[in-house]
Amino acid sequence: MRKLLILLAFLATPAFAVQPDEILPDPALESRAREISKLLRCPVCQGENIDDSNAVISRDLRILVRERLVAGDSDDQVIDFVVDRYGEYVLFKPRASGANWVLWLAGPGMLVLGGGMAWIWLRGRRQAVPPEALTPEEEARLREILKE
Amino acid sequence: MIVELGHFALVLALGVAMVQAVLPLIGAWRRWNGWMAVAEPAAVVQLMLIAVAFGALTWAFVTSDFSLRLVVMNSHTDKPMLYKISGVWGNHEGSLLLWSLILALFGACAALFGTNLPPTLRARVLGVQALIGVAFLSFMLFTSNPFLRLSVPPMNGEDLNPLLQDPGLAFHPPFLYLGYVGMSMAFSFAVAALLEGRVDAAWGRWVRPWTLAAWIFLTIGIALGSWWAYYELGWGGFWFWDPVENASFMPWLFGAALLHSAIVVEKRESLKAWTILLAILAFGFSLIGTFIVRSGVITSVHSFASDPERGIFILMILGVFMGGALLLFGLRASAMEAKGVFSMVSRESALVTNNLLLAVSSFVVFVGTVWPLFVEIASQDPYWGAMQNPFYALGLFTRPQVLSVGAPFFDAAFTPFMVALALLLPVGAMLPWKRAQAGRVLRQLVPVAVLAFAVGALVFAIQTGRSALVPVGAALGLWVLGGAFVDLWTRTGRGDLSGRFGRLTRLPRADWGKATAHAGLGVTIFAVAAMTGWATEVIKVVRIGESFDLSGYQVKLVDVHEEKGPNYISTMAEMAVTQGGKPVSVLFPEKRVYPVQAMPTTEAALDYGLFRDIYLVIGDPQVGGGYAVRGYWKPFANWIWIGCGLMALGGLLSLTDRRYRVAAGARNARAVPAE
Repeated sequence: MRKLLILLAFLATPAFAVQPDEILPDPALESRAREISKLLRCPVCQGENIDDSNAVISRDLRILVRERLVAGDSDDQVIDFVVDRYGEYVLFKPRASGANWVLWLAGPGMLVLGGGMAWIWLRGRRQAVPPEALTPEEEARLREILKE
Repeated sequence: MIVELGHFALVLALGVAMVQAVLPLIGAWRRWNGWMAVAEPAAVVQLMLIAVAFGALTWAFVTSDFSLRLVVMNSHTDKPMLYKISGVWGNHEGSLLLWSLILALFGACAALFGTNLPPTLRARVLGVQALIGVAFLSFMLFTSNPFLRLSVPPMNGEDLNPLLQDPGLAFHPPFLYLGYVGMSMAFSFAVAALLEGRVDAAWGRWVRPWTLAAWIFLTIGIALGSWWAYYELGWGGFWFWDPVENASFMPWLFGAALLHSAIVVEKRESLKAWTILLAILAFGFSLIGTFIVRSGVITSVHSFASDPERGIFILMILGVFMGGALLLFGLRASAMEAKGVFSMVSRESALVTNNLLLAVSSFVVFVGTVWPLFVEIASQDPYWGAMQNPFYALGLFTRPQVLSVGAPFFDAAFTPFMVALALLLPVGAMLPWKRAQAGRVLRQLVPVAVLAFAVGALVFAIQTGRSALVPVGAALGLWVLGGAFVDLWTRTGRGDLSGRFGRLTRLPRADWGKATAHAGLGVTIFAVAAMTGWATEVIKVVRIGESFDLSGYQVKLVDVHEEKGPNYISTMAEMAVTQGGKPVSVLFPEKRVYPVQAMPTTEAALDYGLFRDIYLVIGDPQVGGGYAVRGYWKPFANWIWIGCGLMALGGLLSLTDRRYRVAAGARNARAVPAE
């Protein structure tokens, strides 16, 4: 089904990205609309946000976002409104809740873990380690060099 | 006939690779010189055979041999010659052939230039390299054979995806592959060292040039791809955090970490186990990248191939090589203890921090890239067969979920690590080995810090009311850039100016390389911030003859007409750009339709400048007359790629450092005992 949708999206007449007729007269509202559009994924495209997408549904979503803004919604309300109807899939930045904590904490967690390990290792490095003994071949080679 | 010769050569190459994988490894184990000696001619023959196969496929594309399935699917007689040739690797099968060709090329280079390596190490390196070759050649021959014929050849082909018919993209994959596959050398050296049970300064010196070369190619490849996206996709974005981009970015980050840690092995005989692990991971992420791109498992703008059978094959390759290498690492790593002693504040610790930040940021990219896939699979059903889904039992999921991870996530989760890296870089780069006094280095950097802060504050004051992105980016970029200059300058020691300038020219190339690459990073940081934060955009309906303002420029739509290209039809606009009445340039943005693929593309027209690009796009005709037109003013856009170029140049300077050129000859003179 998703493949079919993607196919349909390609066949549909491309009306590329934000169109002049969509733009709101109020520049402040419009710039908020643009910021919100960058957070929302085009449901039928391959990884494009609705701001860049050429699909018809993205145009509908862009207009929807602007309608909500004109109606006086806050940015979060607009996003909630779209997510309620199209699902979490349209959010490019998953909400930090439930399993998504793993995603959000992967970096900081790894930094703490790796940093701790590095710290312990670096502390150990301050003590002298006796130099490694030479192998018999290396000793022979050393004697040769000393003779020269 | 030529095609069959190519096919046959490819099968032979697989046979040669098998011999090269088995005999030298056994020979190195049993100390049989004759068996070890097989590696060198085998590596050369393998390269020649794959080159014959590649030549045959190129021949088929150039002559438009439509009895070949691959040519039919990806070519057309009307296609310009450049894209007939780039069409060879612009598809799944051909790109694998290029992959194998480059793999064999690196193998043969190691065989020919690696005469200074101890014989057992060389045999093992070439053996491991051949094992990778066996895996990829059989992958190609069994699942993705480029030489399949059609029983009834059609009159003409289906053409190449129009987005790929572009000079920038014609050369993007070869560079990227040179980088990906170049990491295989570091991997082979790492596995060979584990088999030898010995890592020393010499090993660090041998492995670093290969890693440097691979990293330079990756840098160029990624920069080319990003530049292509900038001018081709029609809205001037240069990085989308697309899975396929991430696939090339992860090995790049790991490669950068490996470059730095190999210095510690080379100069201080420390960080050995970690460097080995990095070498394994860098190639592992190259394989993951290949898997992501070639299996189509994560659908993205770039994914043109999807076939589960192939995906599973690559996953098996990944599992065998990573599993095997990591197992070997687990068994042998403890034998490689570090020697160097150093204090908490030292170059060594700084490089450990560099590695930590690069590895963690790469890990963030990895988790972000695979998270949607993981969630989709793991949250699918409450019950897996008879068993309850353990993720449900853990409370991680309560229902099937599909979600997306895109640019906004990466901007938030990845950037902090890069900011930390940029903040620490100038200080770390100047700390002396073993034991350092941070205060001394910091004092030398005070002027740069003051300058960077002042510029950041100035930018912030000028652009009131906008985001803090540009001031912070400008200050950071300047800090890194200035730090590179100070680093180089302090290397000249004390004394009068002319003496120091004299010494500056005689500094080792490695020092110049280091400073150049670091400066490049500073330039890129600055440019990314400036372009992202300051770019302006105009979207409006313009009739023929009308003008509009674009950040101090006036753009006039002079004319729109139809034009016929070699394999497309174009709607071409003529737009005149002026500034205060003076002509700046005339640009011709296009909308193209490629009839064979029935696919429209936008061709933006750009007026490139050192400090700004003017970027114009023509859209659809409007109902009330006129055309939808988009114009962008992109300040400092080109500095992003200039910075990448500097990074690559820095790598090249380091690569040609005296110690890699001369030391090899010096080692040649003495007979290295075969342990």
